[in-house]
Amino acid sequence: MPVEQTIPKYKIATRSSKRTSRNIFNNLDWVTVLLYFLLVALGWMNIYAVVYSPDNVVNIFSFDINSGKQLLWIGTSVILITMLLAVDYKIFEHLAYPIYGFIILLLLFTLAVASPIAGSRSWLDLGGGVRLQPAELAKFATALAASKFLNGANLRHQNMKDQMILAVITLLPPAIIILQNETGSALVFGAFILAYFREGMSPLILIIGGSAAAIFILTLLVPKLYLISGIIVLMGAAIWLDYRLMRRIKSMVALLLLIVGMIFSVDYFINDVLQPHQQNRIKALISPEADPLGYGWNVTQSKIAIGSGGLFGKGFLDGTQTKFDFVPEQSTDFIFCTIGEEHGWIGSTVLIVLFLLLMTRIVSIAERQKSVFARTYGYCVASIIFFHFLVNIGMTIGLAPVVGIPLPFFSYGGSSLWSFTILLYILLAIDANRAQDLSR
Amino acid sequence: MNYLENRKYVIQAIFVVVGIVFALRLFYIQVVDSSYKQAAETNAIKTVIQYPFRGLIYDRNGKLLVENTPVYDLMVVPKEAREPDTLRLAKLLGLPFEDVRERLKKARSYSPVKPSIFYQKLTTQDIAHIQDNLIDFPGFYINARTARGYSHSSLSHALGYIAEISPKQLEDTAYAGYRPGDYIGKSGIELEYEKYLMGQRGVKHIMVNVRGIEKGPFKDGAYDTLSVAGKNLYSTIDLELQKYGEYLMNGAKGSVVAIEPSTGEVLAYISAPFYDPNLFTGKDYGKNYMQLLTDPNKTMFNRPIMASSNPPGSIFKLAHALIALQEGVVTPNTGYPCNQALVTCSHAHPAPTDMTIAIKTSCNPYFYQLFRASINQGKSSNPFKDTAIGLAEWRKQITTFGFGTTLGIDLPNEKQGIVASPAMYNKIYGENRWKFSTIYSLSIGQGELGVTPLQMANFMAIIANRGYYIKPHIVRAVGEKGKPLREYQKRNYASVESKHYAPVVDGMAAVVSSGTGRNASLAHLGIEVCGKTGTAENPQGKDHAVFVAFAPKENPKIAIAVYVENAGFGAQSAAPIAGLMMEKYLTDSVSTKVKWKEKWVLSRQYLNID
Ligand SMILES: [Zn+2]
Repeated sequence: MPVEQTIPKYKIATRSSKRTSRNIFNNLDWVTVLLYFLLVALGWMNIYAVVYSPDNVVNIFSFDINSGKQLLWIGTSVILITMLLAVDYKIFEHLAYPIYGFIILLLLFTLAVASPIAGSRSWLDLGGGVRLQPAELAKFATALAASKFLNGANLRHQNMKDQMILAVITLLPPAIIILQNETGSALVFGAFILAYFREGMSPLILIIGGSAAAIFILTLLVPKLYLISGIIVLMGAAIWLDYRLMRRIKSMVALLLLIVGMIFSVDYFINDVLQPHQQNRIKALISPEADPLGYGWNVTQSKIAIGSGGLFGKGFLDGTQTKFDFVPEQSTDFIFCTIGEEHGWIGSTVLIVLFLLLMTRIVSIAERQKSVFARTYGYCVASIIFFHFLVNIGMTIGLAPVVGIPLPFFSYGGSSLWSFTILLYILLAIDANRAQDLSR
Repeated sequence: MNYLENRKYVIQAIFVVVGIVFALRLFYIQVVDSSYKQAAETNAIKTVIQYPFRGLIYDRNGKLLVENTPVYDLMVVPKEAREPDTLRLAKLLGLPFEDVRERLKKARSYSPVKPSIFYQKLTTQDIAHIQDNLIDFPGFYINARTARGYSHSSLSHALGYIAEISPKQLEDTAYAGYRPGDYIGKSGIELEYEKYLMGQRGVKHIMVNVRGIEKGPFKDGAYDTLSVAGKNLYSTIDLELQKYGEYLMNGAKGSVVAIEPSTGEVLAYISAPFYDPNLFTGKDYGKNYMQLLTDPNKTMFNRPIMASSNPPGSIFKLAHALIALQEGVVTPNTGYPCNQALVTCSHAHPAPTDMTIAIKTSCNPYFYQLFRASINQGKSSNPFKDTAIGLAEWRKQITTFGFGTTLGIDLPNEKQGIVASPAMYNKIYGENRWKFSTIYSLSIGQGELGVTPLQMANFMAIIANRGYYIKPHIVRAVGEKGKPLREYQKRNYASVESKHYAPVVDGMAAVVSSGTGRNASLAHLGIEVCGKTGTAENPQGKDHAVFVAFAPKENPKIAIAVYVENAGFGAQSAAPIAGLMMEKYLTDSVSTKVKWKEKWVLSRQYLNID
């Protein structure tokens, strides 16, 4: 059964010259734009809170501090937005493959020429102190290419060839990024599974992937014996509840053995496969204080900072734990700590709700698209933002390993803000023009 | 719309569930659990690193070779220290005022909130004095750790030493687990077995309030980890034999390596001159190190595995004999005249009528002719090509005896030595422009040859085993129940089959019973020793003395190589040292009958014999 399409996916019509900027303005999804600027502005204020010191007050606009620099990134992002909305929205689909190819070459080029910064070969020096991380750009490029491919392909058939090609499109960039020693950025590409699931990929992959991740984390947190006993009890309970399962006892035992095998291989994987710095990140999750001066330091200090915020927080600029370098990477990967400390549980929850609103809004934008390309792209955007949200906040509260990826729109840094802005506004540009397809 | 559209609910549900989980978790750590608030109030969780005991090293009889002794470091957390009374601190530590300020600055630039070492290796006496005054210095505390200690002064080159990890190593991802100030093996066994010896650090977390007073363990020590001691190593060294060997070599330059042939275990490993390993443990480590490094006798040079440029001399004749027998170009009964026109012979003797006599007399012309028979087998009518073919074949065989390659001992920086090859001569003379008369000095172990003392001792182990060796190694077990690594259990066969060794072994027995090696004889104990003397030409000065041996002749228990620099002929200097050490190892003592030899060796009179 092919993917249902009520309207031919892509009709070259005579392009109406009536398409004006005013048209775009009216059709732009202002709810998303509002959420975007709300998050960017809150991020900016928190970046200021990190550097704020009552003994030495520096103006929030000063370019000497991160908040001033971030303002520069925000300004350039607005220019980027204008450009993305001004160009013919069709070029995103037309140029999906060339953009993807270009980014792959750029990634390879970076790997070849970049000098390692903190062990990572992912930064391209553009001169004049400006550096670019092509791995960030790979996210939207891959989303475009995968969406374009899905426009013609079909995931639900037993069409191995299409599935293989899609797998290659999705996994090629992270493979190069891993070689650049940026495992965190590479993991983000796992998020595409959600988008593919919507387009017809078997839910089994999602379930297996999710359970595998759950078993992986549980193996780290719960002693092996308890975990295995727990699973046996669960299976016993399932059989007790539904005796027909007895007929499938062989598959149940096979499943049990599979899980037990996985539990033991997690041990092997961590101790024998991972590199020491990766081991440390995982170990920091199990017991942050086991390596309190290394990765565990981040997690412990970030939990103390967040935990000390209480219900209402200490108030804007009144935090004590998130200043100086109690928590390293404070304004980039650990910015959530500042919210937690200064705005308490209420503030943290408001931020979480803002992200949930943004992500669900993007899903409904995706659903109202008429082409598979646009819909898939919308889901890719939601999935990528979700993955960052999941891992970034998860690590600050000790629910996910310390993987250095930023909180979208919020963390300090130009590469990250630009890449999320491009990612989101390509979708909004396509969405704003969806009426064009209808009116043809 | 089809069922796929319903999947949007699944995806949105995933988003919402994660959001709820986050909100609940946040509620727990922000509102329910108050320990984080306490931690924030006390403002600091002091983390005290528990340094593990580094693994100990024992000798083959269970005697301690390397132990641990406590030392104390004064630590500082700059943020908590604020502005200490530098003047008083300087007085307390007996340091110049500027030095104290410099150390504080360094600690601050490392990190204001993480502890760093302020002053290291304080003694127990220092501590008693400083501890009482520390109450006035918040942010300063004492951290105990262990340094290496030795109850003897032997085996320094093999044991190696530990020292603070270098900045360069810290940048290397191979040392990811190490921190500034950590100690790490720098040479010898300490370096080679670092990953077993180091153990695992533990960490204690103590809550400290603003005034620096400890408020007990964080979360009742739930996150504390115990340090795990490093694994003990069981060495193959016999400490008594080692000490005795060093006693005999004291004041000389050179090497002694003794190996148990049946296992490849290194019994003694002497590099002379040696130094006391205790020199590298205290506060004066840096000074002592520089002194040894610049010493003209090259004390730090690890001779047994690194002195690789010296030719082996006459002991190589044994290898020539074995290879010629394997090639079938001679028999044990082959005789050659002592034709001084070919090459001079060291002393007058009747013509050697068989191989055993030739070895006993170490007849140079004999081995010239034997080696020529090996090299020029007439495989090509062109004498230049024939020599190249023969040399290539000979080289293939000699490398199976461990020459020209590293043996793979478990010590760092082993050198491979030199074995002549056709390529080497092609480079010097040009292809097809050299023949036997160009390379004949190889026949008496001179020329383009370089052999380490370890390779010599291993060569003796091969002859003792009649054809194979086990890679020499100095650690036989990691942990009490450990076994040697697989590569130290495997037999490596030389190209010469065991049936060919008898005439060579008989010749070596004759060397000791009635030839040049009489000084190594253990006849007074009824033990038959097989040996060979040698002299390595030294263009820079007086020749080096070589003696290699194994004993007893049947079921050998020890193979030994003694190399004494600038000591002339091996018979006078090296042979008695080998004899005494073999006696010490085989009987646990040295009989009074041979005490005169000991005196002779220690008198170093052979250094004056020309
Ligand atoms: Zn002769």
